[in-house]
Amino acid sequence: MLYRVAGQFKTSYKADYALFPVRQDAWLLAFILLLAFVVFPMTANEFTFRALLIPVLIYSLAALGLNILTGYAGQLSLGTGAFMGVGAYACYKLVTIFPEMNIVIAIALSGFFSATVGVAFGLPSLRIKGFYLAIATLAAQFFLVWLFQKWAWLYNYNTSGAIQVPNISMFGIPVAGPNAKAITQYYFVLGIVCVVTFFAINITRGRIGRVWKAVRDMDIAAELVGINLMKAKLLAFFVSSYIVGVAGALFVFLWRGAAEAELFDIQLSFRVLFIAIIGGLGSILGNYLGAILIVALPVVLSTVPRLFGLPISSAMVEHLNIMIIGALIITFLIVEPHGLARYWQIIREKLIIWPFPH
Amino acid sequence: MDLLHSILVKPFADMVGAPDFLIQVLWEGTVSGVLYALIALGFVLIYKSSRIFNFAQGIMVVFAALTLVGLHQMGVPALLALPLTLGVMFILAVAIERVVLRPLVNQPDIILFMATIGITLFLIGLGETIFGGENKRMITQELMIPTGNSIFEPFGGFVSIEHKDVTAVVGAVILVVALLAFLNKSKMGRAIRALGDDHQAALSVGISLSTIWVLVWFIAGVIALVTGIVWGARAGVSFALEVIALKALPVLMLGGLESVSGAIVGGLMIGILEKLFEIYWGQPLLGGNTEAWFAYMLALLVLLVRPQGLFGEKIIERV
Repeated sequence: MLYRVAGQFKTSYKADYALFPVRQDAWLLAFILLLAFVVFPMTANEFTFRALLIPVLIYSLAALGLNILTGYAGQLSLGTGAFMGVGAYACYKLVTIFPEMNIVIAIALSGFFSATVGVAFGLPSLRIKGFYLAIATLAAQFFLVWLFQKWAWLYNYNTSGAIQVPNISMFGIPVAGPNAKAITQYYFVLGIVCVVTFFAINITRGRIGRVWKAVRDMDIAAELVGINLMKAKLLAFFVSSYIVGVAGALFVFLWRGAAEAELFDIQLSFRVLFIAIIGGLGSILGNYLGAILIVALPVVLSTVPRLFGLPISSAMVEHLNIMIIGALIITFLIVEPHGLARYWQIIREKLIIWPFPH
Repeated sequence: MDLLHSILVKPFADMVGAPDFLIQVLWEGTVSGVLYALIALGFVLIYKSSRIFNFAQGIMVVFAALTLVGLHQMGVPALLALPLTLGVMFILAVAIERVVLRPLVNQPDIILFMATIGITLFLIGLGETIFGGENKRMITQELMIPTGNSIFEPFGGFVSIEHKDVTAVVGAVILVVALLAFLNKSKMGRAIRALGDDHQAALSVGISLSTIWVLVWFIAGVIALVTGIVWGARAGVSFALEVIALKALPVLMLGGLESVSGAIVGGLMIGILEKLFEIYWGQPLLGGNTEAWFAYMLALLVLLVRPQGLFGEKIIERV
């Protein structure tokens, strides 16, 4: 009843291909945006912002970048962490060399650096496929992290070898650095995530997105129908690494506040890949669902024993957490290999025919 | 000019100038190469028979070594702990087949790959919960692995070779020969290879998929145990091993995902070349620690020329 699509007639091709062919989808999105922009900020405290809301947004942005590459264009990458690092270090250099630069511009520009690096490491994808390519992206992962450690210019010759986010204000309001308030940072990240998501949705459902899907499903066939594989794959690497780089810059500047090279190690790449896969490859919505699950899970798991007053040491909780996350990943893959986004589709289909199933 | 000299001339002059040091470096490279090859072997076996890219091989090495040491710490004599650990690896193989692989038959490769990462996380958590996360000493003497070292003096120099490294190399060679004999001569081995060639055809001539998968994962577990003992004897047993085990991936790329001999040759090549590069080029010119990425870059370059690796089956694509 709630999701009835009957009666919503499309009278033109354009209307049929609108962003929201079904009115209820638009309402639902409006409701989610209302939650994100009004309800959460009003109810959340400092801990919720820092431990849940901001990381969920940043991780889902990174997963969105990876999903464009892996889910839409079919090129498996294990180097996401390092590309996030490129974005973060580029943003740090931009901000320290040009202190007057607006932070939004710095973050937007730093995406181009990681996009360039991404394209360079994407070149082998023209010859290498599948798992071979995945291991090739590992070369990027390990080489770049090594570079972050050894190239002292990148971290301005700090003795600690880490980058520290300076105080940055925008229109008089501190947005990054130790002075910034969590709620400002949340709105900042939310704004960027919304803009990027809007572009991502439109890229993936347009001509470029269809080209990527064709390449993913069978690249030789795609080539035979006249798709330029080189262009399509490199464009996928470019767009994906751009988004991942922006996510990396946000990761350090709006959340962590400081970063060492080891922060961008392979564990980070895997975490982002988990989010993309558990959320659902080839879906935009999935990234958010996956990020909510992966970010919230450790937080929930570490508070549950405390609630029941179980005498478990924090080290033990840590170990159990890893174990449970591993088991949950396997369970999710077995129950629904197409990810959480698929669940939403199933629910939506059920809602459309409810209460009169065939 | 100076730069070119230090890249192209000086390293080779150093090699010729101190041949004993070169031999030492080559030996160290060979030993780590053998270890990479052993881990890669576990990957290849599983990939050949089930097309699963088993990311968990590295953690299986750690888990096997931890179980062995942990059992010994609980008071089990070393020579009894060894078969017990084998038993644990067998149970693990059965559990993985039942719980993870069977429900995921026919899923896309990437899903199975992610499932093995899930297994990795699970085993890390399980291992740390049961045995604790700290670094442990491998029970080298108790397993009657010789310690100590021999010193040779070729070219009037000084080369030191540790006995446990020699044991490691000999053990690895025996393991590989036994494995090749098993794969090529025994009925089970042929069944494994048949399954690797064509699942459907193998099933239709009566080869049991689940038995073979358990068997293959068990063999991978045995290889993991041997690797764990050898590596643990060199560096202690800790979860840091898991990161080093990732080195097996470029080895695989270099050798080709399906090839047993490729894994061995690739392992030795990467072990030796990365040591040479680190000592003669990395440390003087690049600030050291190049071992972190050299193997991957080398494999990447090789792949650009030969996309299927040095020994992989030629990729034939059809629409």
